[in-house]
Amino acid sequence: MTIALIDGNNFYVSCERVFNPRLEGRPVVVLSNNDGCVVARSAEVKALGIKIGTPWFQLRDLARQHGIVAQSSNYALYADMSNRLMAVLGQFSPDQELYSIDECFLGLAGFGHRDLVNYGQAMRRRVRQWLGLPVCVGIAATKTLAKLANHCAKKNLAGADGVCDFGRIDAAELSRLFSAIAVGEIWGVGSRLSRQLAERGIASVEALRQADARILRREFSVVLERTLAELNGISCVTLDEAAPNRQQIISSRSFGSYVHALEPLQEAVASYIAIAAEKLRSRGLLAGMVQVTIRTNPHQADSPQYQRGLTIPLSQASDDTLRLTRAALWGLKRIYRPGFAYQKAGVALLNLSVAGTPQLDLFAQARDNTRLMQTMDRINGIWGRGTLRSAAEGVQQEWRMRRERISPGYTTCWAGLPVARAG
Amino acid sequence: MNRNHVPGGPPLPAERLFPGLPPPCISLPGCPLLACPVPAGFPSPAADFVEERLSLDEHLIEHRAATFFVRVAGDSMTGFGIHDGDLLVVDRASDPADRSVVIAVVDGAFTVKQLCRIPDGALLRSNAPGHGDILVGPDQELTVWGVVRWSIHAV
Repeated sequence: MTIALIDGNNFYVSCERVFNPRLEGRPVVVLSNNDGCVVARSAEVKALGIKIGTPWFQLRDLARQHGIVAQSSNYALYADMSNRLMAVLGQFSPDQELYSIDECFLGLAGFGHRDLVNYGQAMRRRVRQWLGLPVCVGIAATKTLAKLANHCAKKNLAGADGVCDFGRIDAAELSRLFSAIAVGEIWGVGSRLSRQLAERGIASVEALRQADARILRREFSVVLERTLAELNGISCVTLDEAAPNRQQIISSRSFGSYVHALEPLQEAVASYIAIAAEKLRSRGLLAGMVQVTIRTNPHQADSPQYQRGLTIPLSQASDDTLRLTRAALWGLKRIYRPGFAYQKAGVALLNLSVAGTPQLDLFAQARDNTRLMQTMDRINGIWGRGTLRSAAEGVQQEWRMRRERISPGYTTCWAGLPVARAG
Repeated sequence: MNRNHVPGGPPLPAERLFPGLPPPCISLPGCPLLACPVPAGFPSPAADFVEERLSLDEHLIEHRAATFFVRVAGDSMTGFGIHDGDLLVVDRASDPADRSVVIAVVDGAFTVKQLCRIPDGALLRSNAPGHGDILVGPDQELTVWGVVRWSIHAV
């Protein structure tokens, strides 16, 4: 197995820079539109030691001092650029799995005759030229290692020019490299687990790689045992089992048997949304975007292959199952092609923010009352969207204020197109 | 809804997708789907099925992922048929050739000009009376943002 993980550098900030070249080289943060916290930082901001999640009001002085530019989250822009990014990267392998708004895995099995470092560079060049976005590429034998290789490329720990291929690094060098990386950098090893591991003397990636699988299984979990295997080049993590990204909620499953038509796919996607939305609400979060993916069985090489994903921005962050379902089904319709045997569908809720505002609970009891929702939908269908809505959605004015630093819809709104001077 | 066709249920027969047609064959992602097999040498009447209304997107956009729309402000390019307020179709996937009309970044702002390569750098040319050119010297960095493919304006 050879797998590449491609990941956008400071993705939201980079999207803003594509259409506003003045932001190039300046410290830029993107704020959550909900509560004004930093959700993305340019390299210049990282260098100032500003952490993700810092409330913007705490940064006012620092911002003045260093000329930090703050932008509200422009979901529509990021979602469109994400869809373009995935389309461009999809040209490089028939086997693509979307992992988040700015990350995907590419299967490179059968590409062994190529110089994979060059191939990674070609990906970077194309994404840079076509979209203006910087990305890093990690290449390795398993997903966990590819994530780690990507980390090395990004932090310039190994590889060069934003591409790191572990296959090019000999064993001794690799073990030196892994000794210098904290165990917490491994995909799926969170801060609590890395503390527990450190207590057992497992502080580095290398220490975990050398650990005894049986002990890990007994004292931690099967998941960690699998991580260990992955670190040693034995591929065993599928995306379903993959560690949940804290910035997204995934719900996906392979079907018991192949599905061909749109209708059962719609049912599957709707039910995944219901599961994900429940999780979202239980964590007190709102989603700003919905991603839907479908694919055929990549291991069925003799049957026609198709895979596609689409990210749909919501006009407003939401935890409403119906709203999220509508977005997901709209996306599904766009990517569905008849004539394929689909093996899997999935949804991801992205751009999570804390549902911080006090919610008027008029409909709280009725949240699961489908008839109420249907009635609302019927009324809205006749009188226009938003005629009748849950008070939890907030009032227009408040929402507008919270996105006062938003950039135009450069690619999604006729009135927001970038302007070129002819003067 | 047919409860037989929940995920995990038996696959739907192809006839349900296209009643009366042979089972669908396959297209490459991104290409138009042929709803029926196309036998070599014999045109199938069912192939009419794929004919859709003409799409301007298809005509104007070569690289979907890399194409962006940009609005023009100013009159310096009227000689190229580019007017104030026009909508430009800009392709970032194609490399700018000598004399391409491009979107260039000048002083941090987008500018639409004709790119002329000269031995010592480049000349960003206007094409209208009273408008000058911009000389980009060998030690100055020139960022070409994209190549202008079409200019669209109302008549």
